Amino acid sequence: MAATLPASHYEKNEMQRSDPMGRPPAIRRAVPWADTLFSVLAHGAAIFTLVLLAAIIGSLIVGASPAIREYGLSFLWRSEWDPVKDQYGGLVMIYGTLATSFIALLIAVPVSFGIALFLTELSPGWLRRPLGVAIELLAAVPSIVYGMWGLLVFSPVLSQYVQQPMQLLFGNVPVLKDLVSGAPVGIGILSAGIILAIMIIPFIAAVMRDVFEVTPSMLKESAYGLGATTWEVVFKVVLPYTKTGVIGGMMLGLGRALGETMAVTFVIGNANQLNGPSLFEAANSITSVLANEFAEAGDGLHQASLLYLALVLFFVTFVVLGLSKLLLAQLRRGEGAAA
Amino acid sequence: MKFSLLRPTIAAIGFGLLAGSVNAEDVTGAGATFPAPLYAKWADAYNKATGTHINYQSVGSGAGLKQIRSKTVDFGASDMPLKDDELVKDGLIQFPVVVGGVVPVVNIKGIQPGQIRLTGQILGDIYLGKVAKWNDPALTALNPGVTLPDAAISVVRRADGSGTSFIFTNYLSKVNAEWKSKVGEGTAVNWPSGAGGKGNEGVSSYVQRLPNSIGYVEYAYAKQNKMSYVLLKNAAGNFVAPDDLNFKAAAAGADWSKSFYQVLTDQAGKDAWPLTGATFIMMHKTQDKPAQAASTLKFFEWAYANGDQMASNLEYVPLPDSVKNLVRKQWGEIKDSSGKVVAFK
Repeated sequence: MAATLPASHYEKNEMQRSDPMGRPPAIRRAVPWADTLFSVLAHGAAIFTLVLLAAIIGSLIVGASPAIREYGLSFLWRSEWDPVKDQYGGLVMIYGTLATSFIALLIAVPVSFGIALFLTELSPGWLRRPLGVAIELLAAVPSIVYGMWGLLVFSPVLSQYVQQPMQLLFGNVPVLKDLVSGAPVGIGILSAGIILAIMIIPFIAAVMRDVFEVTPSMLKESAYGLGATTWEVVFKVVLPYTKTGVIGGMMLGLGRALGETMAVTFVIGNANQLNGPSLFEAANSITSVLANEFAEAGDGLHQASLLYLALVLFFVTFVVLGLSKLLLAQLRRGEGAAA
Repeated sequence: MKFSLLRPTIAAIGFGLLAGSVNAEDVTGAGATFPAPLYAKWADAYNKATGTHINYQSVGSGAGLKQIRSKTVDFGASDMPLKDDELVKDGLIQFPVVVGGVVPVVNIKGIQPGQIRLTGQILGDIYLGKVAKWNDPALTALNPGVTLPDAAISVVRRADGSGTSFIFTNYLSKVNAEWKSKVGEGTAVNWPSGAGGKGNEGVSSYVQRLPNSIGYVEYAYAKQNKMSYVLLKNAAGNFVAPDDLNFKAAAAGADWSKSFYQVLTDQAGKDAWPLTGATFIMMHKTQDKPAQAASTLKFFEWAYANGDQMASNLEYVPLPDSVKNLVRKQWGEIKDSSGKVVAFK
């Protein structure tokens, strides 16, 4: 109906419509300098973060410079770590960090996906809230509690019911034998990975659930209406719609797994050499060796090497973040091609 | 290099914030974790007696040394003594405070405390991974009449750098040639085998958790947790148990008169426990703030005079009086910048 009115009608009424409260007050209530102050503060906060980041990287590089000068990039593949002879290399810790985080993601992503799927699509209404709150509470448990639990409760179980039977079973199988070798104590890369998985599940699950929930019901119901199964709806409607959030959640979990310190220290065994590819072999992670050795490391190469490791961890995190952005960009491009 | 300049600045800011409530006489120290419970106890009693606060931060021996070198604290504490030339280089003096023992502990089903005998050589071979089973001939020969299981030895050691590890590896380097050439001694070494626990509590919980394990902890942990300690063969050839008297015997055997650089491992003396060590305090020889130095010395003088009972209650061994007197003599070397002796009595 509005479209049929002449244009002059609009022009005449527009003034009245745009200020229904009457004319604006003659005196400006806001003080001009308050705006400026606010803008300076907001800019300052943003710039402060950047400066802080640059300062951290800068001091890490300065602190690590003796080790960088001494070893260069060969630090990354040297496996020796001997404070007595003053020889350092980061391979074991880098491997430990990457391997435990990889195992953690491998376990946590499918489980979190299941949890989120259940909570948003399958769960009866009365269970949804308590279960959701319970998962969020898990995220609030301090990491040292997971570490203690891992050491005192979980690793004996892992040793007795997983490692020892597997060692018996694969005792003579060439490759598998090496994967399960090691002292039967249930401490090592696998247990650290599993503990990390338990720790990051609440994060990934909570993010996944939140993004699954924002999928418009119209899309889902249309798919159901066309006869899609729940599985098809989730895989063909919900996941494509929420993939940014899902990948974001995974990266959040991975970031936490890479940076986790206390829980890993308890169950990884803190051994600075690598005796084989076994998942049950004690190893070390970057954060764990930093926590253990930094306080007692003397000035010089030992401390510089620890800071070098911290720099490497920084770099790894950057790469992971970069890769996830790249992945998202790739996905978006794929979308464009399909459409 | 810039980094090492940054550190005291940060620490100074930290102290600056604290300084509001600190009066001029208050003393700050930082360092070893091993004597921290005792220093806390002494500080509390001293505060009640005199009103002076002693702030001790147990940040680890290495960090304590860093802080005393950069003069952000009045005294540093370390479980590893500095060699004499290092002291001269940094213008520091050091003195021992108390003595303690490190105890190898095992967890084998049916084995009671003190039932297993070990020599330093075999202890070294176990930690090298050469003696890998409890029923190894070398072990059964030492322990006739004890049934040792046919099971792999789970080796447990410290993951963090620590004075406890220094005492342990120093001893093994003295008595096991292969250990000396392959691993050496230090607060952190390249451990050839085993799982690492963080702190004494980490090692003791590993040992209690893992069947057929061996580890080493400070005496207090072994005693409080009623762990199965082993008997060790000392330099005199006797098998001794870890207890206060045997730690004291080791401390008395050392010759403190020339240098306080004394590592009390593998001491002669028929009762000496071979894994004994003292914990040390480091102070600057030339004091920019003589009043602070006087307060610090006052505190340690008070602790030497009144703290022995408190130390014994916490399972540390007080120093023999002869050693205390040597230390008191050395305190006379602490001077202010004009060369005047710091008076504290």
